[in-house]
Amino acid sequence: MPTYKLFVNGEHVSVDAPADMPLLWVLRDLLGITGPKYGCGIGACRACTSHLNGKEIQPCVVPIADCANKHITTIEGLADGETLHPVQQAWLEEDVPQCGFCQPGQIMATAALLKTNKNPSDADIDAIANVCRCGTYCRIRKAIKKAAQA
Amino acid sequence: MSTGTSAVGRRRFITFLVAAPTLTIAARLGIDVTADAPAMAAGRPTTTSSEPTTEADLGTTYVLRVTSDNRIIFESPKADVGQGISTALAMLIAEDLDARLTDVHSELADADNLPGQSVGGSRSIRDAYDPVREMAAQARARLVTAAARRWGVAADTLTTRDTAVHAPDGRSETYGALAADAASVTSPDVATTPKPISEHTIIGTPASQQEGRAIVTGAMRFSLDVAVDGALPTVVARPPTIYGTVESVDASDTEAMSGVVAVTTIPTGVAVTARTFHEAQRGREALRVTWGPGPVDDVSDSTVNERLAQAIPPFADPPLLSDHVDGRFEFAFVNHAPMETNAATADVRPNSAVVWSSTKVPNGTRRQVAEAIGLPEDAVTVHVTRGGGSFGRRLSSEAQIEAALVSQALGRPVKVMWTRDDDTQHGRMRPASMHRMRITYLAGEMVSFENLSSAVQLDFGLSPVIIGIDPGALGYPSIGSAFFALTQHTPYALGTETKELNEVPFEFPTATWRSVYSGHNRAAEELMMDRLASKLGKDPLGLRIALANDQPAKALLRRLRSESAWGTALPAGWAQGIGYHEEYDGRAGCVVTIDATDPAAPRVTSALVAADMGIPVNPMGLEAQFMGSVMDGIASILRAGNHIDSGSVRESSFADFLWPRQRHAPTNFRLVLMPTTGTSIAGAGEIAIPAAAAAVASAYGRATGTQPWRFPLNF
Repeated sequence: MPTYKLFVNGEHVSVDAPADMPLLWVLRDLLGITGPKYGCGIGACRACTSHLNGKEIQPCVVPIADCANKHITTIEGLADGETLHPVQQAWLEEDVPQCGFCQPGQIMATAALLKTNKNPSDADIDAIANVCRCGTYCRIRKAIKKAAQA
Repeated sequence: MSTGTSAVGRRRFITFLVAAPTLTIAARLGIDVTADAPAMAAGRPTTTSSEPTTEADLGTTYVLRVTSDNRIIFESPKADVGQGISTALAMLIAEDLDARLTDVHSELADADNLPGQSVGGSRSIRDAYDPVREMAAQARARLVTAAARRWGVAADTLTTRDTAVHAPDGRSETYGALAADAASVTSPDVATTPKPISEHTIIGTPASQQEGRAIVTGAMRFSLDVAVDGALPTVVARPPTIYGTVESVDASDTEAMSGVVAVTTIPTGVAVTARTFHEAQRGREALRVTWGPGPVDDVSDSTVNERLAQAIPPFADPPLLSDHVDGRFEFAFVNHAPMETNAATADVRPNSAVVWSSTKVPNGTRRQVAEAIGLPEDAVTVHVTRGGGSFGRRLSSEAQIEAALVSQALGRPVKVMWTRDDDTQHGRMRPASMHRMRITYLAGEMVSFENLSSAVQLDFGLSPVIIGIDPGALGYPSIGSAFFALTQHTPYALGTETKELNEVPFEFPTATWRSVYSGHNRAAEELMMDRLASKLGKDPLGLRIALANDQPAKALLRRLRSESAWGTALPAGWAQGIGYHEEYDGRAGCVVTIDATDPAAPRVTSALVAADMGIPVNPMGLEAQFMGSVMDGIASILRAGNHIDSGSVRESSFADFLWPRQRHAPTNFRLVLMPTTGTSIAGAGEIAIPAAAAAVASAYGRATGTQPWRFPLNF
């Protein structure tokens, strides 16, 4: 079984895993990083959304082999210590979460979007395809706009 | 020691001091409180007679503890699956304890011995409002008394605020510093009655969910996030058709695979336990299982619809010279589809067992797990975790039972996760239903309303909403038909009402879906009001106001009309729609605007909900519940449902079970709360769904010039 070196939330880690193991299970089952959630396993619900070298990915469909020696950021690594990322702060201020299960993915998708689009339009926000079963979409939209102004 | 008088909910309860080193007060609801409480109470309990209620009759216990580090720990028997109940209950405590809301920490209580420990029927806040506030007032009185005795001053000169007692001379002590002394105060020197509404500063003021920070940082622990040493990932291979059986298993390839630890046959399928969920799923794919048939292998949507139609009797002959408007409505099965699939961790030892999972019926889960593994109930501990949504799904305990069975077989802890296709194809659904309705009128007067419905049989499982319903004694053929009759209330004066639900006994995995029958039946009734208005040439909102049963309904509908700018001119293909509903001791109306320029891809662009909640506890939480309810309406009317093909659910994931995304959500949502009445308190979780579903369908029909009748529309 191959060994992979990764930088997860700023730390060097090394894991033994089959090449085709999705990053989600490496994070959750081998590294104990449970912020990224399993919701579908096929990249459809996007509850696991995280960043690979700063770009949005769905770890449930990205094999570990594609992550070797790369930087992975999960929801746990988004804040700067105790200082929340502006997207997390906006989420709190708008009281976005209900059950909260999809929100790590929603937040990571937004954080990735705001890196390349400082002022997303309603159409840009509509393009975020993460599922929220509780239906928090209106507050997510408000929080994205608030975070964009931060 | 304390009374159970209740102006609002008329629930029978007592509060009592629990013998403990630090101040601990409990509140207990239940019909047997007098028999049970004295053993636990340091005081003399009294009760008042009250209207029997479902959940409360079987007992629910709330416990509040003040710790030496000045934290108020609240052990909540109410599972939080995103409905915000932990925050709302913490607000009740902070209000009558005069504590800072941030000092009140809700913890989900383990399963207890009281079957009433459950969440359902939009009952939580209605049941808890009086006992929890009184529990807090009891604690406050003891803290004040302890301070008075410490300082040698009269208790009635002291005040409380910000989690501390204050003396007129400027001295103050935190509750934490008084908690040990207060634990021995059996008879407080000041009143123990909760505040009047006029003095509320926390109840009625918007508050954010207490778990927010844990959620946005990824620290919140759901069922499978709990770190249990050595708990191995497990998935279960399930039959190709619903409730199929395992006939034989060849697991040789699976057992040879890297990472696979064990293969275990259980009643629901074949469990594969491995180092990771990836390896467990790979192992599952390599199994060779011969499956036996299930009970609905020869049933498809066409079969279901045929049987549903056959189960509906004909209308009565209309009176001479009368006119009538008819409607027929059909609703497909629809998954609950919480984001967190069915999941549980279990550690079963020879004489004991521990389960970690989200469940809305912790006591029922414990009982079912105990039965499955052959241990006495008191040998089983159920730790309730936060749940990633429920919508009715977590009233059944399949994953907890499976985890316990596999753990018992392997002699080590395991965590069972249903994959999304498991949950979509073998998880629970709202039953498919059919509704035939007729409103008959004569010379402008409403003569009768006939509502003859049928639905696939509903498995209520452990849902607390059916406690106390004896269908036979009530003269109904099934629990579902009795529940339908007891809950389906039409808020308009339509003359003589005939309403019945005929259940068709197909064995599908069903469960109560948020708002149960109201979500489809009441939505259909509202569409009948649109049809009636159309036939009479009247405005649908105006007609509802005219026919509404009482003044509060008319007031809410008028408010909806003014706040929504009802009747504003809109472009072609756009329209407003209306729905109204009364249940759970409250009222909710909804107006949405839809853009159906492309009828195959309609979008609700804005939504307004007006609600009469009696005493709103957390307006922020109410807004969240109603926003979510509007999305449930949009989903179930426009997009999300399940097809049945020869005993199998066709959909398998969020790729084909079309739950709305951001691009299907309104960009504008607004909640208007009717003025506080102070005389009742309403349940919020389900009330807006029938109104929202109706409004979406109504808007679609008005925008497209059609009469929508089969849902979801684009399916």
